[in-house]
Amino acid sequence: MSEKEFPYPLKSPEDLVKEDFKHVGYLNLPQQEMIQGTGISNLKDAWLRFCKNKGALVGLIIILIILFWAIIGPMISGYRYDLVHKGWNNLPPKMPALSFLFDGTERGVDIYAKIGVEQNFWFGTDELGRDLFTRVWEGTRVSFIIAFVAVIIDMLFGVTYGMISGYFGGVVDMVMQRILEIINGIPNLVVVTLFVLVFKPGMLTIILSLMITGWINMSRVVRSQVLKYKEQEFVLAAKVLGANGFMILLKEVLPNILGQMIVMTMFSIPNAIFYEAFLAFVGLGLREPFASLGSLINKGYNSMLTHMHLLLFPVIVLALLMLCFNLIADGLRDAFDPKMKGF
Amino acid sequence: MVKYVLKRLFWALVTVLLILFILFLLLEFMPGSPFNEEKLTVDQIRILKEHYGLDKPFFEKFWIFLVNATKGDFGISYNLQKNMKVSQIVMPRLWVSVRLGLQAIGLGSVMGVILGVISGSNQNNWKDSVATIMAVVGVSIPSFVFALTLSFLLGYKIPIFSMIYQANHPFASTILPTISLSLFTMAQVTRFLRTELVEVMDSEYIRLATVKGLSRIKILFKHGFRNALISVVTIFGPLVVNVLTGSLVIEKIFSIPGIGGLLVLAIQSSDYNIIVMVTFIYSVLYIAVNLLVDVLYGVIDPRIRVSKGA
Repeated sequence: MSEKEFPYPLKSPEDLVKEDFKHVGYLNLPQQEMIQGTGISNLKDAWLRFCKNKGALVGLIIILIILFWAIIGPMISGYRYDLVHKGWNNLPPKMPALSFLFDGTERGVDIYAKIGVEQNFWFGTDELGRDLFTRVWEGTRVSFIIAFVAVIIDMLFGVTYGMISGYFGGVVDMVMQRILEIINGIPNLVVVTLFVLVFKPGMLTIILSLMITGWINMSRVVRSQVLKYKEQEFVLAAKVLGANGFMILLKEVLPNILGQMIVMTMFSIPNAIFYEAFLAFVGLGLREPFASLGSLINKGYNSMLTHMHLLLFPVIVLALLMLCFNLIADGLRDAFDPKMKGF
Repeated sequence: MVKYVLKRLFWALVTVLLILFILFLLLEFMPGSPFNEEKLTVDQIRILKEHYGLDKPFFEKFWIFLVNATKGDFGISYNLQKNMKVSQIVMPRLWVSVRLGLQAIGLGSVMGVILGVISGSNQNNWKDSVATIMAVVGVSIPSFVFALTLSFLLGYKIPIFSMIYQANHPFASTILPTISLSLFTMAQVTRFLRTELVEVMDSEYIRLATVKGLSRIKILFKHGFRNALISVVTIFGPLVVNVLTGSLVIEKIFSIPGIGGLLVLAIQSSDYNIIVMVTFIYSVLYIAVNLLVDVLYGVIDPRIRVSKGA
């Protein structure tokens, strides 16, 4: 504002009298309106920001759709995942609803009419005549179970380890971090492969092998967060009031790092799904007749050039799962920590 | 700095020893032995065991294993190529794998740097969006899905590239494997470089450069890019791991005679000595890369050196 526009003559502070000040009342200007909104919790705030992220929202919706099919797919297909149809092997997919894409023909020949099959196999059948639709969704269930287990491992092991290491500090922290460094020094691939080799391949073995290394990143993040929060005043206040270490961690520190924890678990989900599919593809996965996306891809890859559908469906589901979980994880990270955006 | 390097070397050595111990335990408890298929009497087996030193106490055996392993001798193959020295099977294949891995990391880094610079210097317009989408897809989709898609589309439907490895054309026939293996590297480098570049371009010395009147290109490459690139060095540890993991399946898909494919074969036929040697090579590679990255980072960026208290 230039001096000319200034409406009152300038006075030095000593000359000011009471009449120089007057109450102007409430000005009805937009910039003077209440800035404060209704208070929302951190979690709700993050959720609102998450919803603004289109990619993450689309990811969430697709995951829900896949989850829906994984639950009801095997129920409505009318076949069991291990039901063998003799002579109906490698039937191409036939979907009445999408007949322009999948009409049960392979290289121009309607196999269904040729063999005389009346049922529709939506995703076709595999080399033993088992319904691929049922098997793909059974395999997706496996992926979801693995994802769920990864979350549990992260929450139980990673968080506990990180909290203890960070909170107690000193010698405890030193020893725990050295152990972690050594475990982390061994490549994940080697640990998982050896573990599955020594024990029999199966769901439990895969889960256990994930347990060995899956929690390390989580524990690191939790430790650094605990280190940050344990020096703060509210923790000191709790200490003065007589709270013990466990209560402080549970009531004072945990709520503050919940956002970080959720983000980290979301990142470990696609990782776990990948390792399961990877092991299955290498031949260390679930044994027949059980199906997982990785083992289906492994089978489909062998007949990729003749029966494309055996590979196509499991690959699409796996790719979508991985992509969408990553999108959700990215979205959550941006939502909980807008400053960290991008990495 | 020297103290820090020595400390890291010590821990790396401890880790290698631990890995060797785990591998040895594995050999001890694995079902099967070199003599389980021949029709031998109990006495003959005892004589054979004495001959190969398998009757010695546990720690003596471990010591012998340790000494032999450091010499690169991991025993003989049980199933794949019976009675052939494991190192003779593994070593020729190692170079095929190393070559493929280097190609993939090289291509991935170059592409990643290009995309990262495009994305970081054109924030929030369509170029940035395209690069970001490519990065997210590259990070999420497993490399074997890429490999299968590429080999189906570009190897079979439109046969431009070879679908399988040919020893007489080692470069031309590894184009598809290299691309599929490099996608993760590309995506990670893009993401990381973008974040760093955005941060660096926001800093005060860049503003000073702008005030001085330097051109955009000059600011980007002379001032911003160099500083952003430093921190990209840190992610090379995870990247190498990913390439190692990826090489297992990629080598299987494209029938490349490397150690990844060999490991898969060995796992399927439970040829333990080969498994032990290949996993040992993987571990040493991984530890060496991590060590190198940490030390290099300290050398390049003086701030790290100070904060680590070396």
